[in-house]
Amino acid sequence: MSAGVRLAAAVVGLWVLLALAGPWLAGDPNAIALERILAAPGAPGCPLGCDDLGRPLLDRVLAGARVSLEVALASVAVSAVFGTAIGLTAGYAGGLWDALAMRVVDVFLAFPGILLAIALAAVLGPGVDNVIIALAAVGWTGYARLARAQALALRARGHVLAATALGAGPVRIVLRHVLPLALAPLLVEVTFGIAAAVVAEAGLSFLGLGVQPPQASWGAMIRDGVRYLLVAPHAVLVPGVALAVVVLAVNLLGDSLRDRLDVRLRER
Amino acid sequence: MTGALGRRLLDAAGTALAVVCLVALLLRLVPGDPVEAMLGEGATAADRAALRQALGLDRPAAVQLAAYLAGLARLDLGRSLHGGRPVAELLAERLPATAELALAGWLVAVALAFPLGMAAALRRGSAWDRLATGFAACGISVPNFWLGPLLILAFSIGLGWFPVSGREAPGALVLPALTLGTALAAVLARMVRASLLEVLGEDYVRAARAKGLSEARVLWAHALRNALIPVTTVMGLQLGGLLAGAVITETVFAWPGVGLLLVDAIQRRDFPVVQGCVLLISLVYVAVNLLTDLVYLWADPRVRSGG
Repeated sequence: MSAGVRLAAAVVGLWVLLALAGPWLAGDPNAIALERILAAPGAPGCPLGCDDLGRPLLDRVLAGARVSLEVALASVAVSAVFGTAIGLTAGYAGGLWDALAMRVVDVFLAFPGILLAIALAAVLGPGVDNVIIALAAVGWTGYARLARAQALALRARGHVLAATALGAGPVRIVLRHVLPLALAPLLVEVTFGIAAAVVAEAGLSFLGLGVQPPQASWGAMIRDGVRYLLVAPHAVLVPGVALAVVVLAVNLLGDSLRDRLDVRLRER
Repeated sequence: MTGALGRRLLDAAGTALAVVCLVALLLRLVPGDPVEAMLGEGATAADRAALRQALGLDRPAAVQLAAYLAGLARLDLGRSLHGGRPVAELLAERLPATAELALAGWLVAVALAFPLGMAAALRRGSAWDRLATGFAACGISVPNFWLGPLLILAFSIGLGWFPVSGREAPGALVLPALTLGTALAAVLARMVRASLLEVLGEDYVRAARAKGLSEARVLWAHALRNALIPVTTVMGLQLGGLLAGAVITETVFAWPGVGLLLVDAIQRRDFPVVQGCVLLISLVYVAVNLLTDLVYLWADPRVRSGG
C-alpha cells in the first residue's frame, strides 16, 4: 500500500469513527449562542469558528459526518443489494426477465443521475429517509448492469455447468457459484458509490431538499454559509474541506481497490 | 449502417416516451394529497377541486397520462401555480441561459482535459502526469456547490474580477462555466490519458513509428484519432449530464436558467413547473445521448459494420 492509500484509509477510518462517536465527543450542534455569531476560528468555545446562529462549526461538522455516513451506507446498501439481485438473475436467467429488467434500467439511465434524485426528493418531501430512498432509486442501475455482465460471463463457466449437472437449483447456483466471483467488481462499484452518495446527499441538502434545519449536514452548512461568504468564509470552508477530503479519500480507496482486484470497469 | 441507425432512433424514441410517462405520473408519488401540498393550508375546497381537475388527479392514471401527452403534443405543459403563466413559456425563457452555461462549461472541460490528458499520457510518470492525475482526483471529489463558492471567494470577493452572481454583468459566465466544467474536465482528462496510453501501445502505432514517421505525425494522424473514439462517447454523455449539474451551479450563482427555475419551483411546491423542468432536461439528455451514438457510428467504422 502506498502512503497515499494509507492516508486515504486513515481519513475514511477517522470519518467513520467520528461519525459514530460524534454525539459523545461534541457539544450540542444545534445550541444557538447569539454572542458568538459568525465567530472566527479560534474564538473561545469554537475552535473552527461559528455559524450565523453562533453554533460551533466543529460540532456541526461532526454531526454532519454522521448524517453523510448514515445516508451513504443506507442508500448504497439498498441499491447494491437490489441492483445486484436484479442484475444477477437477469444475466443468469436471460429471456424475458432479462429484457424487461434491462429496459427498466435503460429508462432510469435516461434521466441524468442527480436530476432524478432531485425530482424524487422534491415530490417525496425533504428529510433523511427520503434522501436515502431517492439516492437508492437512482443508484441501483449501476449495480444491476455490472452484476448482469458478470452473470452473463460466468454462467457458461465450467463450475456453473458442473453444478447445474449435479442438479443444483438456480437460486443455489446464483448465490453460491456466481455471486462470489462477481463480488470483486461490485465491491469496487460500492466504494465509488459511497463517494457519490456522500456528494449527492450534500448536494440535495445544499438545494434544501435533504436534511432539514436545524439538523446539520455538510451540504446545508455550505448553503447557509454562502450567504455570509464576504464576512465569514470559514462557514463555507470548514464543511467543504470535510466533504472534499472524505470524498477524495473514498475515491482514492476505490481506485486502489480497483487496481488491486484488477477489475476493469467501464467508465461511464 | 441503416439498421444500426434505425435501431438507435427507435430506442431513443421509446426511452423518450418512457421519460414522458414517468414525469407525467410524478405527482402520484407525492405522499398524501399533492393538491394539499401545493396549495397549503389556506386554500378553499373549491380551489382544491379546481386544481385537482386541472392536473387530472381526479381521473385514473391512464386518462391523466393521455391528457398530459395530448397537451405535450400542443406544447402545453400546464400552468404555473404562481402567476399562472404557461410552463412552456417559462421554460422557453430560461432555456437559452442554461444552454449557454452548459456549452461554456463543456468548452472549459474540453480545453482543460485535452492538454492535461495528452501531456500526462505522452510523458507518463513525469510531473505533468502527476499534475494531471492529481487534478483528476481532486476535480472529481470537489462538488460544484463548494467549488462555486470557493471561486467566488477568490475571484469575486478577493480579486474582484468577476461578478458574484447573475447573468447581466460582463464576465458573469466565467465562474459558473469554470464551476460546471471542472468536474467534467477531471473525468475527461482521465479518459484521454487512459485511452491514449492504450492506443500508444498498439501494433499500428509501432508500425507507424517503424515506417519512420515523425512523432507528431504518429500522434496526430494515428494515435489520437483512435484514442478519441471512447472519449467522444464520454464527452457526449457528459454534455447531457452537465444540464443536470447545471441545476446546482445555477443555484450557486443565481444564473437564471432552467435549473434555478426548477429549484425555485420545488421550494414553492409549484409542481407543474417542476414537471416541466424535469421533462425538458431529461428529453434534452436523451437527445444528446442519441446524437453521441450517431457521432460514434460515424467516427468508428468498426461499430458500423459490426453493429
